[in-house]
Amino acid sequence: MIDPQMFQLVCFYAFAAVTVLAALSVITLRNSVHAVLALVLTFFSTACIWMLAEAEFLAIALIVVYVGAVMVLFLFVVMMLDIDQEKLREGFVKYLPVGLIVAIAMLVEMLGLIGVRIMHAQTMGDNPATAAGLSNTAWLGMALYSQYLLPFEVAALILTVGVIAAVALTLRQRKGVRHQQASEQVAVKASDRVRIIKMAAERSADSEPTPAQESKP
Amino acid sequence: MPTFNDILIMVPEFFLVAAACVLLLADAFMKPSERVYLHWMSIAVLAVTIYLVVFKQTGGTVTAFNGMFIRDGVASILKVFALLTTILVFIYARPYLQDRKLFVGEFYTLTIFAVIGVMLLVSAGNLIMIYLGLELLTLSSYALVALNRDSSLSSEAAIKYFVLGALSSGMLLYGMSMVYGATGTLSLAQLHTAIPSSTMPHLLVFGLIFMIIGIAFKLGAAPFHMWIPDVYQGAPTPVTTFIGSASKLAAFGMAYRLLETGMGDLAQHWQLMLAALAVLSLAIGNLVAIVQTNIKRLLAYSTISHMGYLLLGLVNATPEGYSAAMFYAISYALMSTAAFGVILALSRAGFESEEIDDFKGLNQRSPWMAFLMMLALFSLAGVPPMFGFFAKLLVLQAAIHAGMMWLAIVGAVFAIIGLYYYLRVVKVMYFDKPVEGAQVRLQPDFTLRVALSLNALVLLALGLWWGPLLGWCKQAFVG
Repeated sequence: MIDPQMFQLVCFYAFAAVTVLAALSVITLRNSVHAVLALVLTFFSTACIWMLAEAEFLAIALIVVYVGAVMVLFLFVVMMLDIDQEKLREGFVKYLPVGLIVAIAMLVEMLGLIGVRIMHAQTMGDNPATAAGLSNTAWLGMALYSQYLLPFEVAALILTVGVIAAVALTLRQRKGVRHQQASEQVAVKASDRVRIIKMAAERSADSEPTPAQESKP
Repeated sequence: MPTFNDILIMVPEFFLVAAACVLLLADAFMKPSERVYLHWMSIAVLAVTIYLVVFKQTGGTVTAFNGMFIRDGVASILKVFALLTTILVFIYARPYLQDRKLFVGEFYTLTIFAVIGVMLLVSAGNLIMIYLGLELLTLSSYALVALNRDSSLSSEAAIKYFVLGALSSGMLLYGMSMVYGATGTLSLAQLHTAIPSSTMPHLLVFGLIFMIIGIAFKLGAAPFHMWIPDVYQGAPTPVTTFIGSASKLAAFGMAYRLLETGMGDLAQHWQLMLAALAVLSLAIGNLVAIVQTNIKRLLAYSTISHMGYLLLGLVNATPEGYSAAMFYAISYALMSTAAFGVILALSRAGFESEEIDDFKGLNQRSPWMAFLMMLALFSLAGVPPMFGFFAKLLVLQAAIHAGMMWLAIVGAVFAIIGLYYYLRVVKVMYFDKPVEGAQVRLQPDFTLRVALSLNALVLLALGLWWGPLLGWCKQAFVG
């Protein structure tokens, strides 16, 4: 029978090795889609390491936020970039091998994690959450809003600065741009759009212009 | 749990955050023609914050939010001078910004957020707070450098600053994580007690090296100075002034907190590292500055050498050395605001006044401006009886008392080499003939002239009467 502690240690080194290799391939791969896939694998392996340290909430948040949202957005952007258009048109089959490698690596990592949990290996280091008798998420919430309240609020300030900077650096108010004004569009009345005028017919019905005259530029 | 008392301790910071949000909202509802009120409101807000820092100070060391925030004499003095130089930056900046269609509310709000970063950084009692304060300061600075987005020079500077800044933050975090691994705590106070009994001294020193790299990046000490010349030249001049003054005070505060409050027991390790950084900075800063033709670049290399002198003070890891280094940081902040202030006063729409040739014969065209620039340059060079002279004297003395005579000699030699390029600008102003067709048109802004004159004259006044300021600096590190 394998020693649980030993298996956990092997898992840790394996995850760490995958993280470093994947991070290296992010900066060395020439194909940007492959690089993004490698970055996904980097994040996933990091999440697995955190899972080993019983930081479940952080691990899940990393996967949901970074892998799930940010990286998919990245992938969209990279695919829309004006590089290797010809190759991109060849279809997604080209990316299947790398995608499969990433997927298999993730699967193996997940199996490793499940193995560690089944064998009931002891946690590496102290876990303040278990010491406090709380779940990981509850403890994190308590810590953030009591002991780490000030850093938490300062982080909010940093995000505010990010928003201000983004607006200051990218918003360009061009003159002469035709905007839609939703409020005016909604408030419009039929009488504003169609004006019915009564006017006398200028010609009689039989003297319509000939098609040849109409087609003249 | 945080209590109301914690908030009372942090009143200046909370006030400034609230005021920054109000200014941000006020800007959204202001017509461009009314924006000048925003300018005066920002200055008033900073002045009130100075009042709160000075007069709501109860003395002694107080901590808030579980030791995350430290309010002591060091933090208060650094905050007062950071706020003061920011007020000067705002006054000097307005005509420059108006001439270049950069007079936007974001300049004021981003600068105020950067000042909040400075205030949190110099009061940080925890590695997390150091990192967050630093990020608040640098993130605002990146955006400010890129504010003139139609200028390719400005964008290039911002990208370089951003990439190198991110790298240095990464290094700092890496060092912090190792120190955390070796001691198991993030609080600087607990770090101080945990270090002597740490079972992993090598990991600690390894982490310390990375932290020092992070500090050197922020100070702009060689060999981590690569971003300084490009950022100083590329950024709009008011932003350069801010980075050269308030940011340097913050970098000193960060170095003090990390090295002394946190890792004071490792002093024998970091003293030599800082000495090496100091020698490199003195050499590179002073020697490369000689060949510069752009005065903003020249002042950038002069910054690098001044950071070398500041490190001379830190090398002496005693209250004497820290007070000398803080005195130096304050003197440098005031001197560089004055020097950049003259550049701003001489610039006008379509003319940056940033080449040394633009200063040719300045004495014939505007004697007063030439005189103020001369005061600032003499002070930067360390000519007696200017402010900069006594600051240099104190750090050299601190180095000698630390038993590093050779370091003091290196500092003195490079001070003489540095004299050359400052005096070259003075010579250009006083003895060269003005370039044909070039005419000086001073900024007509009255407050700018008054503030600039005061700023430069203070350099002379503090050079003659520096006792009280030095007394405060010494007091701060004793109590």
